[in-house]
Amino acid sequence: MSKNELMKFVEDQVEIKTFPDFKAGDTVTVTYKIIEGAKERLQNFQGVVLQRVGSGPTETFTVRKISSGIGVERIFPLASPFIDAIKVNKKGVVRRARIFYLRKLTGKKARIKEKRV
Amino acid sequence: MSGIIGKKIGMTSIFNDDGKNIPCTVIEAGPCVVTQVKTKDVDGYDAIQLAYDDKKDKHTGKALKGHFAKARVSPKKILREFTRFEAGHQKKYGDVLTVDIFEEGEFIDVVGYSKGKGFQGVVKRHGFKGVNDATHGQHNRLRAPGSIGASSSPSRVFKGMRMGGRMGGNRVKLINLQVIKVIPEKNLLLIKGAVPGPNGSYVIVERWS
Repeated sequence: MSKNELMKFVEDQVEIKTFPDFKAGDTVTVTYKIIEGAKERLQNFQGVVLQRVGSGPTETFTVRKISSGIGVERIFPLASPFIDAIKVNKKGVVRRARIFYLRKLTGKKARIKEKRV
Repeated sequence: MSGIIGKKIGMTSIFNDDGKNIPCTVIEAGPCVVTQVKTKDVDGYDAIQLAYDDKKDKHTGKALKGHFAKARVSPKKILREFTRFEAGHQKKYGDVLTVDIFEEGEFIDVVGYSKGKGFQGVVKRHGFKGVNDATHGQHNRLRAPGSIGASSSPSRVFKGMRMGGRMGGNRVKLINLQVIKVIPEKNLLLIKGAVPGPNGSYVIVERWS
């Protein structure tokens, strides 16, 4: 179904920063602004991208990392003004767009082959 | 009270100045024209009739054509009456109402017809719990309503007993929804949260003040 013209007009007004291309299987570092009272600081979240969902201002992506032995996943809205930067550390070779199978894998099996450029 | 007729376009989300992600419904509201002004002397009550969305001349009956000719406007698809419209309003036949009667941040009500759900059971329609258990001797009663009354006295089921049936497609009014944004050049309203009905359905946006 094609999107309504007016819907497009509204969505085009939302500013989305340009980020480097990344997809499921890539390892990225998301630099996120955190506001504590009056102070503002940056926090990095590095992990594997599990999926990208949606389009336009509603697009989100999920990043998974292992923090002290426990899997942690975070969902970021791509259009969020709190995202300072996204850095692609590694391009991974995966066969699907959503790699939830990674959740069940640990150790050596949870590795993703790196793409040769 | 003042209001306008519109069309639900769809939902999206925008970020406000605090960086919060706000779910919004986009509504194309107006421009509406006044096709009739009812007064207490003539009609017994005060109201104005608004019309919205053009339709073709050939799809308009003769009686309606005369009605639109009186206000000197092209035929419209939707006619709605607004009672108690802004006491002491100066609206005349053919006046145009646009979306700029609303301001950003104010609270409004939206009336629409909810999506039809078809024939639904009591769990979905009335929020019953069902039998909650698949074990302990239960068999295909997971979403059953349970007892609908006593036996020989009163030996009938009381009127209004909540049962399965047609669900949705009702007139629903949501009150106190916040206007997030007004875009007058495209006649658009962005309203926080959801609004009844499918995309493309007609809604009435009104304000009581």
